Amino acid sequence: MHPALAVIFLTLFSGGGFGIMALTAIVNDFQIDRGLSPLQTMIAVILSLVFVSIGMLSSTAHLANPKNAWRAFTRWRTSWLAREGVFAVLYYPFAALYLIWVFFTGGTHDAVGLILVNLAGVIGLVTVFCQGMIYAVLRTIRQWNTALVPANFYAMGLATGATVLAAERIIMGAPADTLVGIALALLAASAVMKGIYYFWIGRPGGPTIRTAIGFNRSTVRILEQGHTFGTFLTEEFGHTLPTAKARSVKVVMYIFAFVIPIAALVISIATGQSAFAWIAVLSVIFGIGVERWLFFVEAQHVVNLYHGRQQC
Amino acid sequence: MRLGLVIDLDTCVGCHACAVACKEWNTSGTTAPLTDYDPYGAKPSGVWFNRIRHYEVGDYPYNKTINFPMSCMHCENAECVTVCPTGASYKRAEDGIVLVDQNKCMGCNYCSWACPYGARELDRVSGTMKKCTLCIDRIYDMEIPEEERQPACVLTCPAHARMFGDVDDPESPVSRAVRDRGGYQLMPELNYNPTNHYLPPRVHAPIPTEELKKKVVRKVKEWVNRVVER
Repeated sequence: MHPALAVIFLTLFSGGGFGIMALTAIVNDFQIDRGLSPLQTMIAVILSLVFVSIGMLSSTAHLANPKNAWRAFTRWRTSWLAREGVFAVLYYPFAALYLIWVFFTGGTHDAVGLILVNLAGVIGLVTVFCQGMIYAVLRTIRQWNTALVPANFYAMGLATGATVLAAERIIMGAPADTLVGIALALLAASAVMKGIYYFWIGRPGGPTIRTAIGFNRSTVRILEQGHTFGTFLTEEFGHTLPTAKARSVKVVMYIFAFVIPIAALVISIATGQSAFAWIAVLSVIFGIGVERWLFFVEAQHVVNLYHGRQQC
Repeated sequence: MRLGLVIDLDTCVGCHACAVACKEWNTSGTTAPLTDYDPYGAKPSGVWFNRIRHYEVGDYPYNKTINFPMSCMHCENAECVTVCPTGASYKRAEDGIVLVDQNKCMGCNYCSWACPYGARELDRVSGTMKKCTLCIDRIYDMEIPEEERQPACVLTCPAHARMFGDVDDPESPVSRAVRDRGGYQLMPELNYNPTNHYLPPRVHAPIPTEELKKKVVRKVKEWVNRVVER
């Protein structure tokens, strides 16, 4: 698949933004590390809104005809893309109301505040599920057509959110022991989840060039693609990554997405140096961005079989 | 009614006439134009509803060239329609034709991801997804003679390798051809249940290509050729 920056940014930033909101709700629900102060809560909610908005705005850059974008909310009965749009828009009023409530009353964890933050958190998590299902329902792409895709989106979104929230606490000089623990656990869990995913898609399977053109008992080779230069199909679906290169990109991804953030958070909480907290946040966003890039480049659409690939 | 095409891989000669006729008709049809990018330059590309690929099936000397035209299969389980968030993609209840409403499409490419057969192509100029309409502006046109109410690709095919008809009617010529010749669907494991079927090549007695018995005249000609060359 063509790794369009617009879609990478959409899933990366909105996943992280919804993760921040869900973690804010959990931390204020259970008063983890004595809960977030009103100022910390407002910063977290604003960060969440900024992240989600970056994602949503960049997703419109992926549209070739954005003047019809409003119609994307109409087919929520059948389309996961429409459902994602509906829930993402539904998220804004609850997040904004919580922000306003905390600003005027300081009530981060009174009844009204908790209802608002939990609703926003749940709607955010539902949106992440819809986002994962956009890819997971496609039977044409074996690497996406698995329940591990929404599971991974959850793990990464929550890990990003927890890292941002823990870093915020450290930078603002508030106690963050439990928060850092949560962030480390979520980062480690998403590293394992991603490992399971790579193991899963590494196994050969799916349609072959033989079933694609229907000569099931013979070898089939492409003689001629039938076009002089590329087509929409080769531009959109033709991207591949050699196995050796994919492996080294995955090593880079694991280092930036998981190893550096975990190490930086540990150093930061041990020494109280807020610079390391910044490093953790920047590193996790870059690392998960690389992971999302891999997610698209490694996806092999079955239409490639008609252009001569033996198996997808 | 379930309208679609049946393509005979035995007689298709791979001339691309169907693709050219399709482009010519549809570039001024309901989803017109089919934009070309850099048509006379070094990297010509553009929107086509019908593409022909060529494959080698089997290993030498038991190999064969298969010319393989592909357009929208008008699937019964058209996932491209299910995933469309705007409602621009739809499948007509009365005849099963899958269409894109150009006024509703927002160009998100999602339907092309859902299509296993590469039937949908984005027009970068209009920003909308375009695809085979089964020449819906021909097949229901009461102004033209009845025998011409067929898709442009079918009418133009010089090898009569393309048939158009109702796959739901068991007595229609297309259904009979599928039944008699063992017509099949592409990638049945994905369960899209495409309407278009492909007829496999007929089994012929092999034609010897080596050690042909040479006629006397031919032998003399070859001898003369060799002598003259010296």
